[in-house]
Amino acid sequence: MNAATPDPNRPLADTNPPCPHSVDAQDPLVLNLPLVRKILVGFIRNEVLRTGLKRVVFGLSGGIDSTLAAYLAAEALGPENVMGVRMPYSSSSSETMEHGQLVAERLGIESKTLSIANQVDTYFAQLDDDASRLRRANMMARQRMTILYDQSAAFGALVLGTSNKTELLLGYGTLHGDMASALNPIGDLYKTQIWELSEHMGVPAEIVKKPPTADLWAGQTDESELGFSYADVDRLLVRMVDLRIPLDVLEKQGFTNVFIERVTRMVRTTQFKRRLPLIAKVGPRTIDRDFRYSRDWGT
Amino acid sequence: MPYDLSMTTPGRSDRPFRVAVAQIAPKLGDLAANLETHKRIIAEASRNGADLVVFPELSLTGYFLRDLVSDVALTADSGIIAELSQLSGQTRVVFGFVEESSRNLFYNSAGWLENGLLKAIHRKAYLPTYGMFDERRYFAAGSRVRCFDTHLGRVGILICEDAWHLANTVILGADGADLVILMGNSPARGVNSSELASQAVWHHIARNVALSLNVPVIFANRVGYEDGVCFFGSSQVLAPGGSTLAQAAQLDEEILWATIDPAATRQARIRTPLARDERLELTLRELERIAHERGHA
Repeated sequence: MNAATPDPNRPLADTNPPCPHSVDAQDPLVLNLPLVRKILVGFIRNEVLRTGLKRVVFGLSGGIDSTLAAYLAAEALGPENVMGVRMPYSSSSSETMEHGQLVAERLGIESKTLSIANQVDTYFAQLDDDASRLRRANMMARQRMTILYDQSAAFGALVLGTSNKTELLLGYGTLHGDMASALNPIGDLYKTQIWELSEHMGVPAEIVKKPPTADLWAGQTDESELGFSYADVDRLLVRMVDLRIPLDVLEKQGFTNVFIERVTRMVRTTQFKRRLPLIAKVGPRTIDRDFRYSRDWGT
Repeated sequence: MPYDLSMTTPGRSDRPFRVAVAQIAPKLGDLAANLETHKRIIAEASRNGADLVVFPELSLTGYFLRDLVSDVALTADSGIIAELSQLSGQTRVVFGFVEESSRNLFYNSAGWLENGLLKAIHRKAYLPTYGMFDERRYFAAGSRVRCFDTHLGRVGILICEDAWHLANTVILGADGADLVILMGNSPARGVNSSELASQAVWHHIARNVALSLNVPVIFANRVGYEDGVCFFGSSQVLAPGGSTLAQAAQLDEEILWATIDPAATRQARIRTPLARDERLELTLRELERIAHERGHA
């Protein structure tokens, strides 16, 4: 899908777009798809094999992000070295399960279904408070993380991350939940770029075209919850983050002040989710502050 | 005044020479593994008649070393360099390493090995410290950009960011370069168009050096991944004037072969005598005026 022409079937949160739909002659979201594919496939192969392992495991949600990650991983490591785990809760939609199954069959990867309903319900049943929808959603995401890490030990695999750049920047994910992984091939791609690359790789149209959802409660969609469309926010983020265009220039280009401020605040207030926990410095060499090594050190 | 004979190397060959560019993926911080790779490639290139083997920047150590810099540093008289030197013989070798000086400063350096000896060192003079790069935190900056004489002619080496500064091309030209070697560790970035943005810039720079100085240019870039960063390769050998003699693959390991012919350099210099018409005294005068006006001198 071309980033400049969002799917007309996808619900737009705002009928008055908060940004112009054609700013530059050269759209900064356009990708050289074969080249990006080669770089990302090489990334998975290289960063997995250097650890001495050859497999990855990931949460197979049937959504576009995990589907694209699965396609890249199957190409990088061979389908026999990729396992998708479907982890439904009682409220999960049947479409989620079906699309997960479709991806596994299409790629010929192993898949497993492990329900999180018991562990989530058992936990909340012990509490006498009324947990909010957000708390329950975060608990589900973190239960899935514990399963993926256990399955990674059982399968001799690394956990493959499936968060995209848009949600990482907006902080639209659960810390230590869906944001937890060993390596993430798609974390530098905006959501609209994920759609483009997915189409290029032959992901089934019903997965590419459906409205994105975390499926943490019935009827949830990302764009209605966020209050703006991915097409709009990606246009803004790529200019703010990658091109570093000053905010007043963005306003002159037609992005509304309200939209810019909202997105800027989301990026700023979720910075903690993108960093290691703070460590109080007392020693001469503190981890990541003055004890600095690449992660690939020694691999 | 008689002209200075010291500018011409006794025994300098005018015959075409074979170049092998080692587009490798060094292992981060693993001197022993990288040394083995160097030895294997030098031996193979030597068997196949290479007169010169060129490795990329920091080929013995990998790039994102951070606090490993001092752990993998070598002094110019280290055993590892002596071991490599012994392989050089008639096959000259250019390689990248972390050099520790006698004052315990650490440089991002390139060495030229010839006839069993380390004949020349270039210390990277321009250390990128912005965006994804942090070199000034870990390295000392070299303070010389000079050509040196070899049996293949007068050679100038620039390491990665050095080549982005036009002044270095000017210096190597004025210093009489017959061959310029550009050693890179350039990451793939800018995937929006048909060509990688970083690759397009590098090929532009290499072609510009070949065109401006009328010299053959060797661009040796690495491949592989470090902490998710991918190095794009696409090494090149260019003829004087900038046409491509050999082009390596993007992203994949390769030994790139080319033949450089000093006669072609001579022809190019006859066609376009840029070096003859250089105005070193004019350049110097204007640079001195500018430095003076800006308070640098």
